[in-house]
Amino acid sequence: MLGGLFIYNHKGEVLISRVYRDDIGRNAVDAFRVNVIHARQQVRSPVTNIARTSFFHIKRANIWVAAVTKQNVNASQVFEFLLKMLEVMSSYFGKISEENVKNNFVLIYELLDEILDFGYPQNTDTGVLKTFITQQGIKTASKEEQSQITSQVTGQIGWRREGIKYRRNELFLDVIEYVNLLMSPQGQVLSAHVAGKVVMKSYLSGMPECKFGINDKIVMDAKMDVAGSSDESQRSGKTSIAIDDCQFHQCVKLSKFETEHSISFVPPDGEFELMRYRTTKDISLPFRVIPLVREVGRTKMEVKVVIKSNFKPSLLAQKIEVRIPTPLNTSGVQLICMKGKAKYKASENAIVWKIKRMGGMKESQISAEIELLQTDTKKKWTRPPISMNFEVPFAPSGFKVRYLKVFESKLNYSDHDVIKWVRYIGRSGLYETRC
Amino acid sequence: MTDSKYFTTTKKGEIFELKSELNSDKKEKKKEAVKKVIASMTVGKDVSALFPDVVNCMQTDNLELKKLVYLYLMNYAKSQPDMAIMAVNTFVKDCEDPNPLIRALAVRTMGCIRVDKITEYLCEPLRKCLKDEDPYVRKTAAICVAKLHDINASMVEDQGFLDQLKELLSDSNPMVVANAVASLTEINEASSSGQPLMELNAATMNKLLTALNECTEWGQVFILDALSQYSPKDEREAQSICERITPRLAHANAAVVLSAVKCLMKFMELMVSDSEFVKNLTKKLAPPLVTLLSSEPEVQYVALRNINLIVQKRPDLLKHEMKVFFVKYNDPIYVKLEKLDIMIRLASEANIVQVLSELKEYATEVDVDFVRKAVRAIGRCAIKVETSAERCVSTLLDLIQTKVNYVVQEAIVVIKDIFRKYPNKYESIISTLCENLDTLDEPEARASMIWIIGEYAERIDNADELLESFLEGFHDENTQVQLQLLTAIVKLFLKRPTDTQELVQQVLSLATQDSDNPDLRDRGFIYWRLLSTDPGAAKEVVLAEKPLIAEETDLIEPTLLDELICHIASLASVYHKPPSAFVEGRTGLRRALPKSSGGSDNDSAGDQQQQQQQPTVIPNQDSLIPDLLNMDINAPPVVPTAQSAFSGGTLDLLGGGLDSLLGGSGAEVGSSPAPGIPPVAPSSTAGLLGDIFGITSSSAPVYSPPKQIWLPANRGKGMEITGTFSRKNGVISMDLTLHNKAMQPITGFAIQLNKNSFGITPAAPLNVPAPLAPNQSIDVSLILSTSGPVQRMDPLTNLQVAIKNSVDVFYFATVMPMHIFFCEDGAMDKRVFLSTWKDIPSQNEVQFNIENINMNADGISNKLQSSNIFTIAKRNVEGQDMLYQSIKLTNGIWVLTELKVQPGNTTIVLSLKSRATDVAQGIFEAFDGILHF
Repeated sequence: MLGGLFIYNHKGEVLISRVYRDDIGRNAVDAFRVNVIHARQQVRSPVTNIARTSFFHIKRANIWVAAVTKQNVNASQVFEFLLKMLEVMSSYFGKISEENVKNNFVLIYELLDEILDFGYPQNTDTGVLKTFITQQGIKTASKEEQSQITSQVTGQIGWRREGIKYRRNELFLDVIEYVNLLMSPQGQVLSAHVAGKVVMKSYLSGMPECKFGINDKIVMDAKMDVAGSSDESQRSGKTSIAIDDCQFHQCVKLSKFETEHSISFVPPDGEFELMRYRTTKDISLPFRVIPLVREVGRTKMEVKVVIKSNFKPSLLAQKIEVRIPTPLNTSGVQLICMKGKAKYKASENAIVWKIKRMGGMKESQISAEIELLQTDTKKKWTRPPISMNFEVPFAPSGFKVRYLKVFESKLNYSDHDVIKWVRYIGRSGLYETRC
Repeated sequence: MTDSKYFTTTKKGEIFELKSELNSDKKEKKKEAVKKVIASMTVGKDVSALFPDVVNCMQTDNLELKKLVYLYLMNYAKSQPDMAIMAVNTFVKDCEDPNPLIRALAVRTMGCIRVDKITEYLCEPLRKCLKDEDPYVRKTAAICVAKLHDINASMVEDQGFLDQLKELLSDSNPMVVANAVASLTEINEASSSGQPLMELNAATMNKLLTALNECTEWGQVFILDALSQYSPKDEREAQSICERITPRLAHANAAVVLSAVKCLMKFMELMVSDSEFVKNLTKKLAPPLVTLLSSEPEVQYVALRNINLIVQKRPDLLKHEMKVFFVKYNDPIYVKLEKLDIMIRLASEANIVQVLSELKEYATEVDVDFVRKAVRAIGRCAIKVETSAERCVSTLLDLIQTKVNYVVQEAIVVIKDIFRKYPNKYESIISTLCENLDTLDEPEARASMIWIIGEYAERIDNADELLESFLEGFHDENTQVQLQLLTAIVKLFLKRPTDTQELVQQVLSLATQDSDNPDLRDRGFIYWRLLSTDPGAAKEVVLAEKPLIAEETDLIEPTLLDELICHIASLASVYHKPPSAFVEGRTGLRRALPKSSGGSDNDSAGDQQQQQQQPTVIPNQDSLIPDLLNMDINAPPVVPTAQSAFSGGTLDLLGGGLDSLLGGSGAEVGSSPAPGIPPVAPSSTAGLLGDIFGITSSSAPVYSPPKQIWLPANRGKGMEITGTFSRKNGVISMDLTLHNKAMQPITGFAIQLNKNSFGITPAAPLNVPAPLAPNQSIDVSLILSTSGPVQRMDPLTNLQVAIKNSVDVFYFATVMPMHIFFCEDGAMDKRVFLSTWKDIPSQNEVQFNIENINMNADGISNKLQSSNIFTIAKRNVEGQDMLYQSIKLTNGIWVLTELKVQPGNTTIVLSLKSRATDVAQGIFEAFDGILHF
C-alpha cells in the first residue's frame, strides 16, 4: 500500500512528511516537487509516475497533498483516503491552510500514525478519533474507558459510542438537492440530473435503531406487492420517484437494503450524511434561462437574458445569481435590469446579476451592451455558458421523506417522544445554458 | 499555543541548544525540544546527531511525547542501529503495558524499525500481541506481521506467524479480519515461491463475506480486493458470491464500489453470458458507475479510466448512458480528456447526432489538447459509424471555416483518414481544403494535405501549382513532408504526364542530389529508375490500390484487457499497463480472467480462429513493450496462473514432458545433445546432409503448410511478414518471409516468443543479414527449440510473437501446426499400443472425418510417415482398411489413432485417443493438412 505521505505548501516546501515504507526515500519528496509542483505546464493528471514511483495528489487551496507508492495499489482507495484525511483534519482544526497545518503538525503526525498503518488505512471516523487523539496529553483513563475506546475503534459500530444521553431526543433531516443542467441556446435540455443528499443531525440517547422511508419507486412497488391494494398503488404511482442510484453512510445495513429495500441503521451522534442519491427523470427545473447574444460589428455586442421561474407561485426562491461571461477585450458595459442588481466584474470577465428573492411563475430580464476593444488576436472568444445559482424551498426531484422511526429498546423513550424536523432545499449545481 | 514557531528556528548552534533542552529536567521543555527536532526532521534537516538524547526521553508516561520520540526513532534508527538497541527494552516493556493503546503503539512502532537486532526482539511481543485480548492490539499486530515479512520473510515463516495470521481470519472482530486479509494479501504477492500462502476455500470465503458486512469502509476494500483473486469452483458458487457482493455497490465510498465492480466483472466471466443472472447483474452495475462521476475530480479520473476498460470488455453495459459523459465546462482537463475517450467508444448510430453536436461544441474550447482531441474524435466517429460519415465531414468543414489554425490542421489530418476509409465519396470538399494551404505549419497536417493533393491530382486543376508552391522551401521541410511531396509529385506526373515533366525532374533532383537524407535519396532514386525504365510498372506500383483502414484503432489488446479487468480500481487500471510495467521486482502472478464454462465451445473456437487469421497489432505499444520483453526474464519457468482451473488432463499435458523429450531422444542417438538444441533423430546425419543440398531424406516430401500473412504491411508500418512452420529431421523451424513495403530500409530485426503451450522458443537469434531495402523481401528460417517456458495457451497451438525492427516493435499471434511437434521416435511397440489404447478411457476418444482423399491405405501411410505419424499395424476388416498409428509429441504426450479407409469412398474416418484430449483438434488439423498436401 502507500509508502509515504507528504504535504507541501504552494511553493513546494515540505510541511509534513511521513514515510511508511522502506522503498520510499527522501528523494521522492523532491521528485514530486520538481516534476509536479514546479512543472511549468498545467498538471494533466492527478496520478504521476516518476521513475517507477507513483504519486497521487490532491490540491486544495494552496496545499498539495501527495501520497507515494511503488506498488500496484488500489487507486480509488488512495484518493478516497486522502479526501477523508482532509476531512478529519479540518474537523480538528478548521480550514486546511499552510498556517493551520504548521500550527498543528504534531497533531497531524499523531493522526497519520493512527489512521495509516504501514500504508493501510485504518479507522478514520472523526467522532471515534476524537475520543482518544486529543493533544491534551493522555487523560489517565480508567481501564473500562480504555477498552471502550479500543472496542469502538475496531468495533462493528465504530461510529457511535455507548452511553450517550440527551434530555430531549431530537433529530433533524435536511434533504439537500443540487440540480444540474446543461441547456442548448435553443432551450433543449442536453443533460439534467439531480444529485441529492440527506443530512441527518441526531441527538438521541442510547443505541437507537432507525428506519427511514422515502418515496422511491422500487421501495414503494415492493410495499405494494406486500399490501396488494390496487387503490394505494394508484396513489403512490403519482408520488413516487425513480432513483437511478443511491449510496449510504457506512452505518446503513446494505444487505438489508438489497433484500428488503428498507433503510435501517444506528446513527452516529451529531451530524452526518445518511444517503446520497441521483435522479434523472421528471426533474422540475426551477429556472429557465433564455439568452440572446448579438454581435454588432467588431466592437460591440448586445446581450439579453431572460430568466423565468417555474414553480408554485406561493414559494420563494432566494440567492439568485446569474453570471454572464463577457469577452476578454471588453472595455465597457451598460446594464439595464428590471429586478435585482447587476454589475460588470472586469476581474472575473463576467456580468453578475443578483436577485435576492423571486416568486414562482415570474419572469425577469437583463439587457447589456458590451463595448469591445479592437484587438488583432485572431483567437476567437469561446463564449462560455451562462451559469446560474439559486436556492428554492423544495426538492426538484420530487423526493419525499415518508417516515423516520426510532427504536431504542433499552431506554424508556419511544418513537413518539422523538422530536423530528424535516427540511427540503433545492440548490443549483452546475446550472448552465450555452449561448 | 501554536506549533508553527518550531519551523522558524534557523540559528546556528541550534543542535547544541536542542541537546541541552532535551536533557532538561522540566517535562514541558523536553517536549518542546522534541517537537523542534521533529519539525527540523520534516523540512529535511539532519538531526540524527541528537539520537541518544531523544531516545532518553522515551521512558515517559506522557503518551504524546512518547509518540513523538517513536516518530523520530522510525526515521533514524536505521542510520544508528547500535544506539537503536537502547530503545528495545522500553518497547518490550510497553508491549506489556496495561493500556491497550500503548501496547498497540509499541508493536506498531517496533515493526517500523528496520534494524535486524531489533527485529529479533520483536518476535516474542508480536506473538503475544497476536493473541491479545484486546481487538485493537490484535488488528495492529496483524499488520505488523506484514511489516516483519518485508524485513525478514524467512523469519515470519519459521516462527509460525503465518499460521497465527490465518487464524485471525476467523477472529470475532471484523477489523481484525480485514487487517489480517490485507496482511496476507501483501505477503502473498511478495512471496518468493509464487505459491499462494492463503488458500481461499469455501469456509474462509464465508467468513470474509460475513466480515464484509460489518467492517469499516477500508476493511471492505481489503476484503473485496482479496475476494477478487478467488476462483469459484463453479457457476453456482460464483453466483452466490456475487449476490453477497452486490449490496456493496450502494456504498458511499468509491473504492468499495470499484472493488466490488472488479469482483463482479471477474466472476461474471464464469457464467453463461446470456443468462438472466448476468443480465440482471449488468443492469445493476451501470448506475453506480455513473454515480462515481459525481465524486471529487480525482476519484472521477480513476473511475473514468476504469470505465474505459469496462466498456471495452462489455460494450453494452453503458450504451444508454452517453449523456453522463458529456464534458462540463469546469471539469479539470484530465477529466475532460478521459470523458472524450469514452464518448468515442460509446458512439453508435443511435446517439451519433448528439455526440457530434457535443464534439462540435468542444472544438471551440480553449485548451489546445482538448480541442485537437475533439476534432480527431469527429474523424473517428466518421470512420466508426458509416451512416454518420457525411454529417461528420460537414462538421469538419464547418470547423475549417473557423480558420482557427490548430483546428484546421487537425481537421485536415483526420479528413485524410476519412478519404482512405471511404474512397471516391467526399472528394468534392478538396477545393475547400486547398484554400487553407497557407495556414498549415505542422508537418503532419502539411504531409496529409500533400497526400490528398497527390492522391486526387487528376481532380485538382492547379495541383501542379499547389505542389510547386511547397517545393520552394523543400529543404526546410520535415522529412515526413519531403517524402510525401516526392510521392505526390510522382503521382501527379503519372496522372498528367504532359505538363508536369519539369516539376517531377525538379523534385527528383532535389531529393537525390541536394539531400543528405538517405531515405529521401533512396526513394528518389527508386522513382527515377522506375520512371525511366518502365513507366507502366511505375504506375502499377505508385498508383496501386490501397487497403482500407480499420474502424477501431485504439482498442486495448484482448489479453491485456482481460488482465487489466482483474486489476480494476488499482494503479494498473489507471495507467492501462500491467503491474509489471511499473512495479519493481517480483510482481506476483499475472492475473487472468477465469475461462467461461458456459459459452458453447464451438463459438469460442470460431472466434479464436478469426483472431488468428487477422493477427492483431497492439496499438498501445509503449504500454506493452516492457511487459513482453520482460516476461521471460522476470517470471520463473514454472507453470503459472490459473492452472488449478483446468482439469487433470491438462496438467498432464503441461507437466514433465520436456525432460523426457531431451533425455529420451538423446539416449537413442547415444550422445546427449547440448541443452537448447533440439534433439536429432537417429537418421540425422544423412538427413542433415540432405537438407543442406535441398533434398529431403524421406521418400515423400515433408509437409509444411503454405505461408500465410501474419503481419500485413499496414499494421507492420510497412513490414509484411508471411510465414509457416516446418519440421525437418527433428528440427522445428519457423520459416519467415520478411517483405519491406515501406519506403525506407529496415534493420535491426529481433524476435521474441511469448510463453506457450509447447515451450517453443528461438534456439538462435533471428538472423537477417543486411538491412532490408524498400520493396525487397527475404526468407529467413528461425530454428526453434522446445525448451522454453511453458504456459497453456488457448487454443493450444497459439503462439504470440513480437518482432522488433528499426521502426518499432510489432506483436501478432499465429497458430502453430500440430505436426511440428511430432517426434521422430514416435513409433510405439505394437503390444504397448494395444494396452495403451485399452487403458485410455473411451470418453477420450474423438472422431473426425477427413474429406476428399484419393489415396489407398499405403499411400496414406507413407505420406503420414514422412511427418512422423507411424503406422503400427494395418488390418482389413470387411473391405475397409484400418490403419493404427502412434504419435509422440515433443512434450511426451502420446496420441494413438485409427484410420478407416474405404476403397471408393473419398472420406476417411479418423478416431484418436489420448490422455490429453485438448490436442485432438490440432492433430486432426495436422492429418487434414498432411493428407491434402
